[in-house]
Amino acid sequence: MPEPAPFDEAALVARARSGDDSAFGDLVNHYERRIFRLAKNITQNDEDAEDVLQESFMKAYGNLDTFQGNSKFYTWLVRIAVNEALMKLRKRKTDKTVSLDEQLDTGEDTLVREIAVWDDNPEQRYSQDEIREILDKAVASLEPIYSSVFQLRDVEELSTEETAEALNISVPAVKSRLLRARLQLREKLTRFFQRKGDDVFAYL
Amino acid sequence: MSEFLDGTCDQAMKRDLEKHVNECPNCWVVFDTTKKTLKVFKGMEPKELPSAIRDRLMNALTKKMAAKKCEHSHQDSHEHSEAATS
Repeated sequence: MPEPAPFDEAALVARARSGDDSAFGDLVNHYERRIFRLAKNITQNDEDAEDVLQESFMKAYGNLDTFQGNSKFYTWLVRIAVNEALMKLRKRKTDKTVSLDEQLDTGEDTLVREIAVWDDNPEQRYSQDEIREILDKAVASLEPIYSSVFQLRDVEELSTEETAEALNISVPAVKSRLLRARLQLREKLTRFFQRKGDDVFAYL
Repeated sequence: MSEFLDGTCDQAMKRDLEKHVNECPNCWVVFDTTKKTLKVFKGMEPKELPSAIRDRLMNALTKKMAAKKCEHSHQDSHEHSEAATS
């Protein structure tokens, strides 16, 4: 069987813009899971995340003509998805405007409480499914303003600037939220990853 | 600290922080475990979409694509009929 062609975002976008729907379908296949994960991080439920997923790709398809190509297609798509997700949140909380710009920081969430050494490869203690569940739950428990920055910067490895552009927030906001997200996750994972060491013998 | 973790902070700060981290056991633990946190998450592939969600997405898109094609062909036939009457 021939190797699947490498993913070339710019070429697919160009083809999609000239009316090739199968190229747009390839873009959907490539990004649908990441957009769903992001939508779920922000809305924190499956039903809203599904609506956001659909609306985002429909809007992207309908507005392909307006996509300038100055930024990456994915950055543009994330921006659409974030707007859709925030609209969902606004509908839920009608008394309050919602944006990823809100300052909810109290500083308390980044206190370091857990000082325990971890194994060198702590993830190896768990099966693939278990580790995914642990990591997903940890990210899901963060406030959306942190989980969205963390997903784009540290999981998908977008640059600080791309993340700022996609989420429509400033570069300093990306940096400060990223640090908070990292420290909160470290705290949450310690329970699973700390070295058992001598304690193991207590159970034998 | 984020820049230290990413290796993007300047050399002088890097030296100072490295020195401190190596001398202060608590900071060493926080630094080391944060580094490991990043390592486990990096490049983590998202879960497959549940098939029902994927099917509904594809249906919605297929409809939208068909509607767009239909719109275009109406426009085309409109243009053609205008051309024919002029």
